[in-house]
Order: sequence, then structure tokens, then C-alpha cells
Amino acid sequence: MLVVIVYSFNPDSVNVFPMRGVSLRWYRVMAENATLLQALKISLGIAVGGTLIGLLLGVPGALALARHDFIGKRIFERIVLLPLTLPGIVTGVAMLSFFPLIGVPVSLTAVLIGHGTFLIAITLTQVYARLKRIDPSLEEASADLGAPPLTTFWRVVFPNIRTAIIGSALLSFTLSLDEIPVTFFLIAGDNTLPIQIWAMMRTGISPEVNAISTLVFVGSISLILLGTALGGRDKE
Amino acid sequence: MGTASADRATPERAPRRRALYFLAMPPLLWLAFFLVAPYLALLGQSFLGSDDLGNVVFEPTVAPWKTFFSKDLYRDTLGYTFSVAAKVTTLSVCLSIPLAYFIAFKMQRGKQLLYTLIIVPLWVSYIVRAYAWKIILGREGILNSFLQWAHFTSAPVDAFLYSEWAMIIGLVHIYTPFVLMPVYTAFEHIPRPLIEASKDLGAGRFTTFYRVVLPLSFPGIIAGATFAFVLTLGDFLAPVLLGGTDNMMISNIVQNLFGTSNDRPLGSVVGIIMLVVVVLVLEMTARTEKSFASLESGRGRFGGAR
Repeated sequence: MLVVIVYSFNPDSVNVFPMRGVSLRWYRVMAENATLLQALKISLGIAVGGTLIGLLLGVPGALALARHDFIGKRIFERIVLLPLTLPGIVTGVAMLSFFPLIGVPVSLTAVLIGHGTFLIAITLTQVYARLKRIDPSLEEASADLGAPPLTTFWRVVFPNIRTAIIGSALLSFTLSLDEIPVTFFLIAGDNTLPIQIWAMMRTGISPEVNAISTLVFVGSISLILLGTALGGRDKE
Repeated sequence: MGTASADRATPERAPRRRALYFLAMPPLLWLAFFLVAPYLALLGQSFLGSDDLGNVVFEPTVAPWKTFFSKDLYRDTLGYTFSVAAKVTTLSVCLSIPLAYFIAFKMQRGKQLLYTLIIVPLWVSYIVRAYAWKIILGREGILNSFLQWAHFTSAPVDAFLYSEWAMIIGLVHIYTPFVLMPVYTAFEHIPRPLIEASKDLGAGRFTTFYRVVLPLSFPGIIAGATFAFVLTLGDFLAPVLLGGTDNMMISNIVQNLFGTSNDRPLGSVVGIIMLVVVVLVLEMTARTEKSFASLESGRGRFGGAR
């Protein structure tokens, strides 16, 4: 990784050792590469959308799983873990085989649904793990004192799982930015950033990839550190 | 006030139950529709035929399954994938144990910080890490220009990139964090008095490690090894980027069958076989380490299933 960062400041177009100086040349080339910027934009859009889907469906799912016994709960638990445990390529080709049948052709919409699906799993497992550590009697106490479910959620449950939600959102966002196998099979014309980088890599080494990689690296590290900081804060 | 608590069990619980049902429905439906149905479609598709153009023909047949089992290529590739996965797993475990051991037992201060510093970069971007190895090992790469600069060779050596070892190095680099995390967690959870007791009873450092630390952290090591193994099984990028054309793995076959060769039923067969293999591996290790498949263990996993 260090290599990539160092060489992103390399003035030459080949990665020679030792380097002949330091330059921001490839950052400029990168900033002028419209395809790359477009890919970054698409990636960010998918990541935001996917994270939202993950939160909107994952958090309620976690609440239901953690506090309620219902028929098929065991199956639900197993299903949720599928996108995390099965190889991405299998999920990718499965979605590729099915989505067109229900009127979702390969497109950014398909990619968004694909990302949303595995991000539900991420959010759900994270929030579920937190809920397991909270004493359910807190909620019962709230209900006993006459609070309607929504009030209980808002005043008692939510403050306790807030950091888990933020943490899983940051994590989801980062994972979506880096996701390849599912995206690879569902994407049509426009590429997400990793797919675009991959395409550029296959045609040979292109130094602006060093530059964009460095930026992505710094960005994801900040998000993950923020996420772990928030997640770790209330562990004690 | 007294009467309110007397009948609390029934009236307040009922709306809560209904609310929870209501909460479970949307994610359940989403997953059924966008996850389970696709897997079923894949299974169904493996029993369909295809015409010469590669279009799927809706006519039930077991031909794709027969094709898979009659061709050496598929069996050999599956075997090769297992051997690569075994090598990657072994190397990742061998790297993780001393590293985790050092952080967990030898560090006095800044333990959490060092752990984060090690683990976080390892998390970052699959594609960038594969790319870094391409830069290092490539024909015009750093290793080659270093060797020339130091006058070890006069011409670039082609042997580094596009070899099995390039692929394995890349995969080990990419998947070691998935091993390091559970191993480190396992080490951290070993009660320190046990180690002191072992030393008090006269055991040396290595005896303590083999007789106390290792057995107690076994579930964590197994969990990590499983991650590395399963993730390598499903990888199709590192073989292309670092392994070259001679080192195809089973996922590359799936990728080709759904892409250039365009035989989706056969591709589905391979996909289903991968799915079954992975589920079997996970079941086997779940027996070794019972909590493995539980929701909590998903925490350490963060969707790395690529």
C-alpha cells in the first residue's frame, strides 16, 4: 500500500526504482480523467443509496430478530448471513440470472439493489450484536410505564444503538465503495470506481491509478477509523 | 397506579408484538425477493439447456451437470483452487499467529492503536492492494527496476508477476486481516492468570504457548482459517491480475461461462457447486467452533465475501 502512495508522487510514467523526484503530475492527470471522475461519482451514489437501503431495512430487521420470536426466525437468521458467507461471485451470477426476469436489467439500478442487499446483512448483524448486549428489561420498563412502542424506541432503544447504526453506516459506505464481484456482473455501461480501476489495470499500469488509489485509501481509512472510534466508544 | 401494573402483561405486549412483526416484514420480503429468489434461479438455471448462441432454453435437462462431471478441466480447476486456498490459508495463519501474539501479549501500551494501525490498512480496497503487487512484481515494476539498479540483472525478469506465487502473495496480503482479527480476539480473551499459572508451574514460554495459548485460541484460529479459505475459493480477481492465464481458479470458470463463453446453465452448475462446497466448509467448521455461524460472528466478517 505504501508503495502505491509513494509512487503516486512519482514524476515518471513507469514505476522505476529509485524514483527520480516528487511530483503531483498524476494527480493532475487523474483530475482531468473524466471517466475516472465519473466512476467515482457513480461509486459514491451507489454507496449512499446502498447504505440507506441497508439502514432502512437492516435496523428494523435487527430489532425484530433481537426482540421477537417468530416463525421462521432461524431461517431468517441464516438467510441474512448468506451474502456475507457465500462467495460474492455466486451471489453476483445468481442476481444476474434472476434480476432480468423480474424486469431489472443489468444497470446501475441492479447494482444498487445488489449492494443494498448485502449492506442489509452488514447493518443487521452490527445492530443485532449491539441489541443483544442491551438489557430488554429497559424496554419492558418503558412499556410498563405506558410508553407506546414508538416512544420506547425513540427514547430508550435508539440512543443505545445510535453508535452501532452510525458505525455500520460508515462501514457499509466503505464496503460498497470497494465492492467488486456483485457489481461486476450487474453493471452495464457505467463503471464504479473499483471496476474502472480494474479495467485500467488490465490494459497496463497507469500511474494515475496510484493517485486515485491514494485518495480512496485516505478516504476509506478516515471513514473506518471514525467508525471504529464511534463503535468502540461505548463498549466499556 | 397499582391496577396498571396488574394487567401489564397483556395489553402493552400486544401492540409491541404487532410492531415487531411489522418491522420484520420489509427486510424479510426484500431478502426473499432479491437474495433467495436469485439463488433459486441459479439452481433452476443449472437444469436448463442452451442453444448454440448461448441463449438459455427453457427445457429441463441434466446436460449441464453431465458436462461438468465429464470434463477434466472443471475437476482439475476445482482441485487446483482447493490447493491454492489451502496454501493461502496456511500462510495467513502462520503470519497472523505471531503478529496477533505480539500485539496481544507483548505490547504494553498503545495496543489498541497498533492493532487498529495494522488492521485498517489491511482492510482497505481489494483492488488497490492487488494493484500494488502488480506494481511491485511487474515487468517494469519496483522489484525489477531495483534488481537492475543494484546490478543483479541487466534485463527485467518476467518471472515474478503472473505466477502462482504472485497470486498467493497477493491473496495472503488481502485476506490476512480476516485471520488476524479472530486470532487476536481469541488471544485477548485468554485469561491472563492462566498464563501466569502455567509459568508458575514451571512451563517455559513455548510450552505455555503450545499447551495453554494455542488450545484456548483454537476456535479463533479455525474461524480465521475458514475465512481465508472460503474467501480464496471465491476469488476471481487475483488470479486474473496476478496469476495470469495459467492459474485459473474455479471462480474464473464461472466468470467465463457467464461472460465470454456464454453458457449460463453450465456456469450455474459451477456456481451451485461452489455454493455447496462453501456451505459444507462452513458447516464443518461450525461444528468445530459452535458460535461461528451465529449472528454475532458476522461482526468480524464485514462482508468480505468476495
